[in-house]
Amino acid sequence: MVPEPAAAPLKVVRKRHYGRWCSALVALAVVALMIDSMVRNPNFEWEVVARNLTSDSILAGVGMTIELTFISVVFGFAGGIVLALMRLSANPVLVAVSWTYTWLFRAVPMLVQLFLWYNIAALYPRLALSIPGLGELWSAPTNSVISPFSAAVIALVMHQAAYAAEIVRAGILGVNAGQHDAAQALGLTPFQGFRRVVLPQAMRTILPPAGNEVIGQLKTTAVVSVIALQDLLYSAQIIYQRTYEVIPLLMVATIWYMAMTTLLSIGQFMIERHYGRGAAQQSAMSWQWLARGALPRSGARR
Amino acid sequence: MSAAIEISRVSKSFGFTRVLDDVSLAIPEGSVCVVLGPSGSGKSTLLRCVNHLESVDAGTIEVGGELIGYRRDGDRLHELSARAVARQRARIGMVFQHFNLFLHRTVIENLIEAPLLVRRESKAVAIARAQRLLAQVGLADRAAAWPRELSGGQQQRIAIARALAMEPEVMLFDEPTSALDPELVGDVLQVMKSLARSGMTMMVVTHEIGFAREVADQIVFMDQGRIIESGPPSQVLDAPRHERTSAFLSTVL
Ligand SMILES: Nc1ncnc2c1ncn2[C@@H]1O[C@H](COP(=O)(O)OP(=O)(O)OP(=O)(O)O)[C@@H](O)[C@H]1O
Ligand SMILES: [Mg+2]
Repeated sequence: MVPEPAAAPLKVVRKRHYGRWCSALVALAVVALMIDSMVRNPNFEWEVVARNLTSDSILAGVGMTIELTFISVVFGFAGGIVLALMRLSANPVLVAVSWTYTWLFRAVPMLVQLFLWYNIAALYPRLALSIPGLGELWSAPTNSVISPFSAAVIALVMHQAAYAAEIVRAGILGVNAGQHDAAQALGLTPFQGFRRVVLPQAMRTILPPAGNEVIGQLKTTAVVSVIALQDLLYSAQIIYQRTYEVIPLLMVATIWYMAMTTLLSIGQFMIERHYGRGAAQQSAMSWQWLARGALPRSGARR
Repeated sequence: MSAAIEISRVSKSFGFTRVLDDVSLAIPEGSVCVVLGPSGSGKSTLLRCVNHLESVDAGTIEVGGELIGYRRDGDRLHELSARAVARQRARIGMVFQHFNLFLHRTVIENLIEAPLLVRRESKAVAIARAQRLLAQVGLADRAAAWPRELSGGQQQRIAIARALAMEPEVMLFDEPTSALDPELVGDVLQVMKSLARSGMTMMVVTHEIGFAREVADQIVFMDQGRIIESGPPSQVLDAPRHERTSAFLSTVL
């Protein structure tokens, strides 16, 4: 049977996702109750929080935390790329060295590493650079080179490089070998092929776990308080050891960590969008997913 | 007539398996050579040796009279640096079974990437040629598209245009239509036919016997790493001398 030709096209009524609305309302209510209880509970001493939030020593601590995170992430990922390339190379010695490095620095706890680097003078009292035939070019007592800051930087970078190496390696392995072949066949050098073809595509799989790592590293830097380096958390500790306002000062530190994590997450979102070029599915944020249940869908997506 | 591609006495093993066994083949300038053979006979490996994506164990390969991948010093061959090999590859176009378009680049960016990086051309020159090539493969309107938005046949035509953008002396095709739906094969073969008519030297691995019959000047049949039969289409396809050849032809025809 042939349908009536004049009939208007049938209209699609989108499914109503009542379950999504209910669960969202419940979740919002729970969050509201929690915020309310925190704001009205005098034990949080919010006026102490406000007084200390932008005090000089806290701000200096924030600066130190940012500096440590920045240095360890930049050099850690640079080292991670080198380690990943070594691991994927055809040279068995480089493969073994890279594997051993990753194994070692993932095995030794961060705290132990920090103490080891800080106390390296006990193991090697003098550092010297000497070349056979030329003699000693440079030497210095280890303690003049290793400060709490340099010990922290070394430990954090070494630790970060080991984790970054695995993330970068996974990303590179995820890129189809044909991409490398095509780059080579067009006359790109291996370095050009890696830099222009493989790495940009690997970035898509590297970025989400790398974002995790960076935010993790932001808080890992807090271990430096054990060698008396005044990062954010240690600055808060110094104050509350004097005033006994423990909870409010931990709140101060938390608020700063949350602010920095927020900025990093926004940065991650924007970098991911940049490297998502040409991907089948751009990363969709979950609030869009929620909204799609009720709102009319915007036009065709890229 | 001088040979654009001269393969002489090439052997290659992967581990203990001998994949190419004393293969010799000359492809004259401006001619089309189709390589046939069953799966695993070494067709892809031979093609990949021509632009040194694979190294050879013995023998030599010359393209345009230039030894590929090695430098001759008396009776020794020294493998060239990666940079020198890259320079040689720039003269040899290659098209892959799975297209291998750069997925993070738009169509036009795929076409200008190597001209900008390798030939250090200006963007204006590279884009002008890219647009001409896109028109030539019938996809002038898809310059801004992403590879994933295109059909397989369109992607393969873009891949051919990308290889041509380097203005190669010879073109290598490794089963360019094997990954395509049947109705998309024709468009790609059409592009390859007009390329052949324009005088491009082509070495084509394919199972498209119709294409081989129409376009090939020479057909070689490979089996277990050897070329066991070669000649013009009329001979190899219609009067094969070797029983392996006739057995293979009866399976693909
Ligand atoms: N990288 C490699 N390492 C080890 N063995 C390989 C490698 N590449 C190919 N081979 C082997 O070499 C032989 C020839 O492979 P090749 O890909 O050249 O065959 P082919 O004729 O192209 O086959 P097909 O029609 O299936 O593409 C096969 O036995 C294959 O298993
Ligand atoms: Mg093959």
